[in-house]
Amino acid sequence: MWALLRNGQVIDPFRDYTGTADVLIAGGSVAALIDRCDRERQSLRTILIQLDLDERDGQVFDCSGFVICPGLIDIHVHLREPGYEYKETIATGARAAAAGGFTTVVAMPNTMPAVDNGAVVRYVLDRGRETPIRVFTAGAATKANNGAEMAEIADMVEAGAIALSDDAFPIQSADLMRRVMEYARMFNIPILTHCEDKSMTQDAVMNEGLVCTILGLRPWPRQAEEIMIWRNILLADLTGCRVHIQHVTTRGGVEAVRWAKSRGIPVSCETCPHYFSLTDEALLTFDTNAKCCPPLRTSDDVEALKEGLADGTIDIIASDHAPHAQEEKEVEFQDAAFGIVGLETAVPIVITNLVKTGTLTIEQAISKMTAAPAKLLGLSGGLAVGSAADITVLDPNCEVVINSSTFQSKGRNTPFDGWKLSGKVVATIVNGEIVSGELKTVPIEDCC
Amino acid sequence: MTQLHRKDILGLQDMSSEEIQLILDTAESYKEILSRSVKKVPILRGKSICTLFYENSTRTRCSFELAAKIMSADTTAVSTAGSSIQKGESFKDTLLTLEAMGMDLFVIRHSASGAPHFAAKILKSSVINAGDGMHEHPTQGLLDMLTIRQNKGRIEGLKVLIVGDIMHSRVARSNIWGLSKMGAHVRLCGPRTLLPAEIEKLPVEVYDNLDMALEDVDVVNVLRIQLERMNRGFFPSVREYSALFGINKDRLRRAKPDVLVMHPGPMNRGIEITPDVADGEFAVITEQVTNGVAVRMALLYLLLGGGGHVGSA
Repeated sequence: MWALLRNGQVIDPFRDYTGTADVLIAGGSVAALIDRCDRERQSLRTILIQLDLDERDGQVFDCSGFVICPGLIDIHVHLREPGYEYKETIATGARAAAAGGFTTVVAMPNTMPAVDNGAVVRYVLDRGRETPIRVFTAGAATKANNGAEMAEIADMVEAGAIALSDDAFPIQSADLMRRVMEYARMFNIPILTHCEDKSMTQDAVMNEGLVCTILGLRPWPRQAEEIMIWRNILLADLTGCRVHIQHVTTRGGVEAVRWAKSRGIPVSCETCPHYFSLTDEALLTFDTNAKCCPPLRTSDDVEALKEGLADGTIDIIASDHAPHAQEEKEVEFQDAAFGIVGLETAVPIVITNLVKTGTLTIEQAISKMTAAPAKLLGLSGGLAVGSAADITVLDPNCEVVINSSTFQSKGRNTPFDGWKLSGKVVATIVNGEIVSGELKTVPIEDCC
Repeated sequence: MTQLHRKDILGLQDMSSEEIQLILDTAESYKEILSRSVKKVPILRGKSICTLFYENSTRTRCSFELAAKIMSADTTAVSTAGSSIQKGESFKDTLLTLEAMGMDLFVIRHSASGAPHFAAKILKSSVINAGDGMHEHPTQGLLDMLTIRQNKGRIEGLKVLIVGDIMHSRVARSNIWGLSKMGAHVRLCGPRTLLPAEIEKLPVEVYDNLDMALEDVDVVNVLRIQLERMNRGFFPSVREYSALFGINKDRLRRAKPDVLVMHPGPMNRGIEITPDVADGEFAVITEQVTNGVAVRMALLYLLLGGGGHVGSA
């Protein structure tokens, strides 16, 4: 079986390639990249014959006007299984990922039980294998995310965990975090860390500032995030462990990471679409769908995040896909669960708010969702011949209207419902199979 | 303006000065009913009002109930204790259940900021916010303004000082919005630890020093200090709080000679206010309570009574 993705704009950040070309997929892998010169030199028939492929055993898909890029990678998703299957399962989360253009996701370990030992890692990975996409998992840095005792890291790595995380349960003790980093270094896996000084965020539900003061909600000061970012930067420097700061939301956080990188400290970071698209003013109506952790910040922070994305301080865009049940959001604001679903809105938000605005080129944006996360976690990818054909096809100019009722995710908790955006995921391909979306076929004669 | 064109009263932030004026005028004309020997008018006969209180309250709750009863509405009181809320019934289901019984208006007190807004979105019936978390307490703000207007003849141009725990105070927030819309100059004074972030971006002047804050003011509104705050390290002791921010006779000399002293209650006598001030010539604290009933009657009328003029009652 072969398939030809014809006449798209191929963007492969894994090797800085951009150009109009055809991508030939065979046997689940990229078989050839055929640019204009190649096409002029030889016909598709000739190429098929050279590759020993039967002309009748394949299809040509028209990708004119589309972007063809390596499958998107989201290194920060909550799949909720085991334990919170009413919010999401690995199966539904994977379908949401595929619908959103993601071929690979990394699950967070704050499940019940936590992903804190090899057995649970294997469970998540096994369930992941039953889905059409690639599901990886981070292991919890501490037992049951208790923030007190180091989890069996070697056991988890052996079972296939590709990172550690304290997401949702930030490790408060600097001493314990230091030891986790020292230990993790033996396995050369990064720590994906949620930076929050809990002593400053007791009962806190939104960014400290004027809007919070007006609404009379409990303030979550930016310093609670920045203090921990600085602490973890210093500990990364001390231990040499690779530290990845999750969901950076503030100007001060971006500046801290910029400083760390300038000093050669092994630190990387991510931000999420909601943090560069919304501010705390989204809460003026007490909209619980805009309640997340860390909280939405201010327009100055949005500016700083965009600067950080543009100058490379922020390496990665992740969704922090955090599905919750309706009854956990349809309550008083202070009691509502924190989190926003992101897998099915990330692409149009990134294209509309970063690419169309000129903050990032489309190549840079795609890089932050493919090559950069792959590099952090040692994942393979890219459209080089022989690579697994994990491919996302996008139409950056197609207008979409976000409609949460059509989400594949069980979660409907998005503040973007009804937003008109540019950028559509046309098809998601894993191992050469279209796992979501559809492409128009054209007769092979048109190409020969 | 003779009518309020709104379903709910959620706060003073989104209310216009014309609306506030109408409410105060209406309340003033209703106040007379309270001094009658037979305190009953049939204006809201056949209307059902639910007071839904998720937090303790004496004055606000009684005040609303009395206001409703004087106007011949039927009232149903629901509170956390003794209701299905204790069986875990959600706020949403509680609201929908009560509305299905035919409630025309809900008076809601809740410890969660924004709870009345949530209710207003779900319900077709009217909602009056009777205090939500640290957000707003619009009826208190209105009754404070009515008290000021009755004593001073105006609100515009007056210097009004709010003293105490601004951060946790919904009364402070509603007063800031209401008073500034009506043209008063609002001053705030309290420990820095109890002033919320960026409060100076609102139309207020912030003072650290109480004596300076009191200079030449027409009104002092003293907030209750919540003693449980002390445990979270907002201030070191009641003794030190009183020394820095307690209102006493001596300090009041810096204010205008005819200064009004107000307190939303309940008071901690001897802590934020000395008894001689609380019971003294400048205090209008009980008058505030009376005006509270009048303001609530006005709101119930304006939301439920239809378009007719007050006089038609």
